[in-house]
Amino acid sequence: MAVGLSGLAFGVTSAGSGLSTPQTCALSLLVFTGASQFALVGALAAGGNPFTAAAGAFFLGVRNAFYGLRLSQLLALPRAVRPLAAHWVIDETSAVALAQPTRRGARIGFTVTGLTLYVLWNLTTLLGALGAEKLGDTDAWGIDAASPAVFLALLAPMLKTTVERVVAGLAVVLGLGLLPVLPAGVPVLAAALSAPLVLYADGRRRGAADTLKKEGNR
Amino acid sequence: MNIWTAVALTAVGCYAVKLIGLLVPAETLERPAVQRLAALLPVALLAALTAQQAFADGRTPVLDARAVGLAAAAVALVLRAPFLVVVGAAVLVTAGARALTG
Repeated sequence: MAVGLSGLAFGVTSAGSGLSTPQTCALSLLVFTGASQFALVGALAAGGNPFTAAAGAFFLGVRNAFYGLRLSQLLALPRAVRPLAAHWVIDETSAVALAQPTRRGARIGFTVTGLTLYVLWNLTTLLGALGAEKLGDTDAWGIDAASPAVFLALLAPMLKTTVERVVAGLAVVLGLGLLPVLPAGVPVLAAALSAPLVLYADGRRRGAADTLKKEGNR
Repeated sequence: MNIWTAVALTAVGCYAVKLIGLLVPAETLERPAVQRLAALLPVALLAALTAQQAFADGRTPVLDARAVGLAAAAVALVLRAPFLVVVGAAVLVTAGARALTG
């Protein structure tokens, strides 16, 4: 259900961003990781060049490599199947597979979720892209609020500790602040730097705290 | 043509990272620093993207109906509403705010 609505929203958003229906459908068929797709069409709509736009989408997709890492141990797939299975390594399939108590359960969970979502996501993308023309002014329907809401819904559960919150806060400031001064698509990449920056600062702080503790113990 | 380039780059890049995760030996990516950075990277990107797509029009920061919609989504998230309700709330409230302010 949720994926169905996001798929519709993606189709409409993508069409509203100036992508043709084949381009929109190609994204859902070939990229199949929603946040990256929303990021790409958003960057293109803002006038970003294809390289910076794709770079933002790519970095957002990097988290799937880490899902794959955990899934490969859990599912223990034969090497020949892995290139096929890779396409379905996304937030939802990983969540379902990792929640299963047995390898058999994880394999079934991964396959069923992957297949269902792949079909649903692509059908609703097509419907959304075709429906966008009929909707006319999509902004009047509030569809442009769907993609920030999708991002926020993905982000919220990640904000577990102060470190994550500081990273998010800094990224918002950089992402918005640099918007008028850097070429379209670049500010989001600059905002990504808040992750290593905060990680480094946190490492220094911990290092200093450890030193203090050691000195205190003397 | 430009758009097709972006579509192709994204498709290849996103598929490649998915496949890498399944193919590389676990130890390669299991260094703590790499894990921490990988966990924080989506936080930074999602936060920046949320802000840009809710509070900017192209390259100009603006405050409009989308801000109200995003606030509704945030409330839904705090109330632990399902994903569908969160996105639905943002869309409906934004549309409502635009209809009211016309």
